[in-house]
Amino acid sequence: MNSLERVLTTLGHKEPDRVPLFLLANMHGAKELGLSLRDYYSSAENVIEGEMRVLNRFGSDCAYPFYYASLEIEAWGGDTIFSADGPPLCGAPVIRSAEDIDSLRPPEVESSPGLRRVLQTIAGLKERLSGQVPIIAVAISPFSLPVMQMGFDRYLELIHEQPDRFLKLMRANEEFTVAWANAQLAAGATAICYFDPLSSSTNIPRELYLGTGQQVAKRTLARIKGPTATHMASGRCLPILGDIADTGTAVVGVSILEDLAQLKATAAGRVSLLGNLNGIEMRRWTAADAELAVKRAIAAAGQGGGFILSDNHGEIPYQVPDETLLAIREAVDHWGRYPLEWVKDWTDPGPG
Amino acid sequence: MTALVTPFRESLESLDRLRAEAIFQEALLRLSPIAAVEQVVVPALEQMGKAWEDGSVALSQVYMGGRFCEELVERVLPPSDPDRKHQPRSAIVLLNDYHALGKRIVYSVMRASGFELFDYGRMDVDELVERAIADRIRVLLISVLMLPSALRVREVCDKLKARDAGIMVAVGGAPFLFDATLWREVGADAMGCSASDAVAIVEAWMKEMA
Repeated sequence: MNSLERVLTTLGHKEPDRVPLFLLANMHGAKELGLSLRDYYSSAENVIEGEMRVLNRFGSDCAYPFYYASLEIEAWGGDTIFSADGPPLCGAPVIRSAEDIDSLRPPEVESSPGLRRVLQTIAGLKERLSGQVPIIAVAISPFSLPVMQMGFDRYLELIHEQPDRFLKLMRANEEFTVAWANAQLAAGATAICYFDPLSSSTNIPRELYLGTGQQVAKRTLARIKGPTATHMASGRCLPILGDIADTGTAVVGVSILEDLAQLKATAAGRVSLLGNLNGIEMRRWTAADAELAVKRAIAAAGQGGGFILSDNHGEIPYQVPDETLLAIREAVDHWGRYPLEWVKDWTDPGPG
Repeated sequence: MTALVTPFRESLESLDRLRAEAIFQEALLRLSPIAAVEQVVVPALEQMGKAWEDGSVALSQVYMGGRFCEELVERVLPPSDPDRKHQPRSAIVLLNDYHALGKRIVYSVMRASGFELFDYGRMDVDELVERAIADRIRVLLISVLMLPSALRVREVCDKLKARDAGIMVAVGGAPFLFDATLWREVGADAMGCSASDAVAIVEAWMKEMA
């Protein structure tokens, strides 16, 4: 099976030849090219080349032309702060007061140089990958985007204290997200990873999600012209897993903070799971640690398909050594082959 | 007063400000302001912190509840009130990071628990070390969200130690929750899993320093 066939089989809740692995090591492309993150992300050619090297070296089952979340904020008139060893972050809020929302207009995708670079990257990857490897593009959810647009604290206050303005903001953001996601699909992306960490149960209670994030996701995903995966970016989602499935998404990115076997049982064939290796701990894993983490995840969620092994945040930290990524790759090759006969006799050795 | 703690916590979690206010006023009928804070507000926030750790309460509830408690306590214990806890001299900072919500929550919960502390906003390593020493800080609370920022705590701790500053450092934020050994690796003296942990840590250090 090629990567695309492997992924499509597992998303059909059937067992492919082995557990698919999404190694979302997008910043490692810069290391491969010996470039700073700022220089790396300044050109589509760099990212195409870096992503291809990462793919060839670590054998991920997807290409991941994600730059950094703040790129979307650049389209709204914001700026980005680069650092030497971590994901670029967004600068000052573009919505400085709640009143700014009243005149907010969504930006055109084509008018943003950063977004255009991503579209060029996707097109370049599509040309090189010949349809054998899925290209997973990213769109931040309209519901989560305001954390960067206006700051987390002021956005929480807006949701609770100014419901009308909140809805105005969602209307503008939904237009942008739909256009951005569809532009990436048109450029050659196979699917959209809809990052929606604010909807996570870590961040808001279920009742609030049902009246806000879920409604936004239902409206938005219905207008995205391709398959979607919803990612909680390390946040919990067990109490709302069924509610997320109701939004029409095919996959949910889940956290190491929750029991993967319980998540799989709760998903019950309605959605596939993506996760849940601990990217923060990964920085100091030995090869044996990596192997054990891979075995744990596969034992918990691999049976019957409906599972893609990945980190739990949707972005592997820059500090994770290449050797660790290779150890993960080797462990999946060894322990991820279907049928997973070893799982029924396996006992988790526990911590230490 | 323990009977008031659970209803007070529930009113905070459901963002029912009127009910929370009424319960707090009921406590004030029988207790001094500082006693009402210590016997009702602090335990309720502590319970919310634990509930956030186990996933049964969300960050939005902790933030909105903490902010309301801060306002409530501000009214009965203004910063100049002699019952406010000004010792040990403490400060909170967002280190080399731009995600301020965690710091804001801890600051609210500390103030809602009767503590006065400096809010340094966002600082880089060298600026923080100089400021903390100049202010004769004894307890430094460092909040981060990103892994590179968490790793920079090592530089802060090394520089404070090299200057023999005698400053205790407590850290908090997502990287420390996802890697339980990280706080020791970067040289911190303690790690808080929730905002109310910060209160418990400072109270314990306050006793040690007395």
